[in-house]
Amino acid sequence: MKKRAVKVFALMLIFVMITGLMAGCGGSKKGSKGEVYVYCFGDYFDPDLEYEFEEQTGYDVIIDYFDTNEELFPVIKNDTAKYDVICASDYMIAKLIENDLLGEINYDNVPNAANITDNVKSFFQDFDPDMKHSVPHTWGTYGIMYNKTMVKAEDIDSWTDLWDEKYKDQIIMPDSVREMYMIAGKILGYSMNTTDENQIKEMTDLLLKQKSLVYKLANDSARDLMIGESAALAVITSGEVLYSQELNENIDFVVPKEGTEVWTDCWAITSNAANKEGAEAWINFMLDGKVAATNFEYLTYAIPNKEIADMTTADVLNPSQDILAKSETLMNLGSEADDLYSKYWKNYKAKK
Amino acid sequence: MNRNIKRIFSGPFLAFILCGTIIPMVVIAFYGLTDRSGAFTVDNIFAIVTGDHPQALGLSLLLAFISTIICLIIAFPLGLILKDSNLGKKGFMIFVFILPMWMNFLLRTMAWQVLLERNGVINLILKSLELPLLDIINTPTAVVLGMVYDYLPFMVLPIYNAMIKIDNSLIEAAYDLGASKATVLKRIIVPLSVPGIVSGITMVFVPSLTTFAISTMLGGGKVNLIGNIIEQEFTVSSNWNLGAGLSLVMMVFIVISMIMIEKFDREGEGNML
Repeated sequence: MKKRAVKVFALMLIFVMITGLMAGCGGSKKGSKGEVYVYCFGDYFDPDLEYEFEEQTGYDVIIDYFDTNEELFPVIKNDTAKYDVICASDYMIAKLIENDLLGEINYDNVPNAANITDNVKSFFQDFDPDMKHSVPHTWGTYGIMYNKTMVKAEDIDSWTDLWDEKYKDQIIMPDSVREMYMIAGKILGYSMNTTDENQIKEMTDLLLKQKSLVYKLANDSARDLMIGESAALAVITSGEVLYSQELNENIDFVVPKEGTEVWTDCWAITSNAANKEGAEAWINFMLDGKVAATNFEYLTYAIPNKEIADMTTADVLNPSQDILAKSETLMNLGSEADDLYSKYWKNYKAKK
Repeated sequence: MNRNIKRIFSGPFLAFILCGTIIPMVVIAFYGLTDRSGAFTVDNIFAIVTGDHPQALGLSLLLAFISTIICLIIAFPLGLILKDSNLGKKGFMIFVFILPMWMNFLLRTMAWQVLLERNGVINLILKSLELPLLDIINTPTAVVLGMVYDYLPFMVLPIYNAMIKIDNSLIEAAYDLGASKATVLKRIIVPLSVPGIVSGITMVFVPSLTTFAISTMLGGGKVNLIGNIIEQEFTVSSNWNLGAGLSLVMMVFIVISMIMIEKFDREGEGNML
């Protein structure tokens, strides 16, 4: 009995050694040009593209994922050399640039940058003028998703409609402090980037008036609840709409007339990237027309790429110039203002 | 020689204590006792009594208390049933209780979210039977349900373990001396189960008190527990110092419960003799 156990153990050991050896061979062949370390939001590009990139360029890709921009910041701040290329939202790009954590992109190595559409380039003025440090991955706006069978389309055109008593327990609001204050700010005519405590207080009071009508505060799961028809209205980003409509044809989306938040998620290179060429190759790959098409089909988020312009013509993805003119991008306001928002947000959460 | 072997074998344990307990504690204490600029402050500790924090702490204590009581009410009779049933059945019942623990608890909580949702499985069944719908999702009730579901095995197992250790001859002797069933329960079974009950209470109360996953998933962002506040300070507000300070305060409750265990366990052992 004992002897047999030893035999089994030896066999297992041999098996492990052989697979290890094989894996080692595979790795050295694939990564002949070195490794590219990517740090990205979870599920934010078609996973097959990772292998396509490795085959095309000969780099070995190592990807780690995070959930929020705020998680990314300390990781990059503590060790800028850990990742070569990162994905982050507009305001976080600004914060990273402020802290000298991003390197400038050498556009000679990124010929596909010519594919970037002009409308998105103008958004960069707010956080990374002339796209020195970052290029766009996706962009979108916040708006109200509604179910046509539960809500009349003509009744919904303003953020104030979310304060209508008749939708009690039918509304999903974002579980996200700055987006909530964006909504209140648009109604009261305040900037979503205000640091005036009186304005923040007034916006909190306005949000508290609506709290009893809210079914749930949710970010990612709002989409699924709308598809399952557990709620009639949800504040959500435009990229989720096409996907939801595929699964539930009663779903529609409107960007309120007061304007909204426009966001851009970007690729950028860290200041001490060990493999800057690899990072630029990754960025160039992501800006390729075919890759953009694959990603668009996978994500249904608007991808600002000229090559796929005919794919992204849906109204949902292209708000009018009038709306865009009234819209804002989220700015990084510094820790003092963050604490202020956090204080009032906790107050909102605590009160009935 | 013998001492050397002991030292070698205690190595992994010491490494674990160092990396898993001491270093994280020191880091949390460092963050908790400094502000963003790194200067010493106790504001983050006393923040527990300012703003909206006491209310969140109060709600956490209340929900954790309710969940613990419910778990106890379910687990104690179950322990009695298991103690008296024959062996084969006993193994099966314990198996049934432990089985869900093989799945990730986040997945199990998420399953409840799907079950309880307005157009969820439970309501679809109720609707087809034309019964009134269940409307508890995104309320504290749903959060308590989640806590009870997730932590019940942690109450059942210690109570069961304490009860099977009770010598049946003690119970028989009590009956021989004319004790009623109620007296046997009150004077023999309950006192001898105390160690199990106490460790069960701690194992349910402490995680219920500090949870943020259950309240996020089943409370719909509307049930704000102290765990949610701490999580938010780390992931959204980027105020690690305040988050760490509040965590230090929560450790006080854990220390209190450990002291309780220590005390009751000793008494429990004494009773057993």
